[in-house]
Formats: sequence, C-alpha cells, structure tokens
Amino acid sequence: MERVSVVTDVRKANQDIAQENRNLFEACGTCAINLMSAPGAGKTSVLEATIRQIAPSYEVAVIEGDLQTSIDSERIRALGVSAYQITTGSVCHLDARMVAKAVAEFPVDGIDLLFIENVGNLVCPAEFDLGEALRVMVFSVPEGAEKPKKYPLMFHTADVVLLNKIDLIPYAGVSLDELWRNVVEVNPRAAVFPISCKTGQGMDAWVGWLREKVKPRLCRMLRRDEL
Amino acid sequence: MHELSVAESILNIAVTQAQNHDAPAIERIKLRLGEFTGVVREALEFAFEVARQGTPAELAVLEIEIIPLRTKCPNCGCTDKPAGDFCLLCERCGQPVEILSGREMEVEFVDLAEALELTKRST
Repeated sequence: MERVSVVTDVRKANQDIAQENRNLFEACGTCAINLMSAPGAGKTSVLEATIRQIAPSYEVAVIEGDLQTSIDSERIRALGVSAYQITTGSVCHLDARMVAKAVAEFPVDGIDLLFIENVGNLVCPAEFDLGEALRVMVFSVPEGAEKPKKYPLMFHTADVVLLNKIDLIPYAGVSLDELWRNVVEVNPRAAVFPISCKTGQGMDAWVGWLREKVKPRLCRMLRRDEL
Repeated sequence: MHELSVAESILNIAVTQAQNHDAPAIERIKLRLGEFTGVVREALEFAFEVARQGTPAELAVLEIEIIPLRTKCPNCGCTDKPAGDFCLLCERCGQPVEILSGREMEVEFVDLAEALELTKRST
C-alpha cells in the first residue's frame, strides 16, 4: 500500500471552470449575477421587476436554470430581453461547466448585466461558484424568520439578500425584524433589502444599489446621449 | 442531492492519483469535511457507495474527518465558537467574526494498492 498526499479541494474542478467564466465575463465587461433562492421565493418575478426598472439604461441578458421547461426564459423574452434556458434534468443546482456551455452558445459580448437564475433550492447552489461577480439571494418572508439559521450557508455566501413578498407580512405572521436579525447573524456583510416585487415596495432601494455597483459602459451612455 | 456531484469530484481526484501512480486500485480516501459546508455526511457516504461502482475505488473506504466551525473576532481577538446556531457576530463585542475553519472539503490523502499486492491477494 502506498499513501499519497493529495490535499486538493473537492470544489477545485468546478472552481477552475468558474474562474475561466469569470475571466470571460471580465473581458466582456459583463457583471454576472448568480440569483439563488428556494423554489417559489420569487426569483423570476424579482428578475422581471428588476429588468423593467433597469433595462432602459443597461444591456441585460438572462440565463435560466430549471430542472424542466422553458417557462422562465419565455417570461424573460416577453420583456424584450434575450434569455437562454438550461434544463438540468435532475441536477439540483447549476455548476460552472453548465454556464460555460451556455455562454459558448449565448455570447455575452456587449452585455452589462448577465443574470444567471439558479435552480430553486436553498442548499446545493451555495457550494457551486459559477464565475459570478455578485451573489443575490431572494428569500420570501412567508418562508419563516428562522430559515437563515436552518440553512445558513446560502445566506452566508450571498452579497445581497432580497427579502421578498413583504406585502404578505400581515398574513404570514412573520417578524421582519427577527428575520433581518437572523440574516445579519449568519452574514454580517450582506446588503439586505426588504422588497415586494408585486407592489414595487422597496424595489427602488435595491435597483438603486445595483445601479451604484454596476455602471453601464460609458461609450454606450455617450451614444445614447447623442441620439 | 448534490452529494452525488461531490462524490464524483472526490472519485475523480482519487482516480487521477491512481493513474499517475500506476496503481490498480484505491484502498482508502481521506476527506476533511467542514461543519459549515452544504454537504451532509450520511448523504455523501451513500452517494459515494453509488458513484464508486465500476471505478478503481470500488472497494475503497471513504474516511471522513469533520472539521468544526472555528472563528476569530478581528476586533477583540475572541476565538470562542459562536454559540450554537451559526451566529457570526462576536459573542463578546458584537463585531462580525472571521471563519478560521469549517469550510473545508478536501481530499487529504489516498491509499493506493500496489500491483504486486493485488496479485498476491487474488492468489
């Protein structure tokens, strides 16, 4: 028997491809956003509401990840934004290789903001780097104030946590303060925005933050001004 | 059930080592697994049993060492583990703490069978 020291991160194979994706996005001047949540928290609705506010001044594209169907990419295309659908079959998360394959067929040249909507799942996507610049997590208030403690990893790895469906607080019996405190305890660095993509409440603060973080390219802005 | 992808990644790392060392089989794979990862030990062990079939690790033992979550406060230096429920604010001063360990998911070593040993055993 021979013992061979390895000391290799199991995530390395995925991370290597994620880094290639990241290099490509940077070379294209594209800010890639990995959008994650449990099923039904409102990722696609938040995306639609965000695109409606931001699309006039930004070039936006979307990669949709789902187990089955192209319902979500059709919803995005209905807004006049190009979308690419990845159907994972039974895989519960997107990985860097799936995204690399997608961008080989769906060029991101000239795109300011590329949203990558992950498969709805509160656990698995958190461990898979896709090469994104930002991780945005959508959590819907009715899911319960204790969830950040029960599923800490995804909250922990997010740069932004959007607390969606705040219009349902009176019916859900969930304390926004308690939920917010639990988010901060597992991720003190996250930017947290309570929103309702249905009523539009809080959307200005989130989209304003995004505009500050990601600037559309200057040349395109000048061109628009000249028109 | 992403433990299956994790098990496949572990096997890829181990099988590459076996190939590089011309070893016919893998006897043991040692994994260091942080407490603060999205991997459930039991699910990973089950996924490993499924994924190893038909590979040189078919009879290999997956040895898992759980690495506890340890943190340090950059403000006051407190290194107490956050109380129970993954609170990443310092117990003493309330500032965000840094994670020292608990995020590991790494193959530490593999034990490879030598060609001769295998022949000996089969006779």
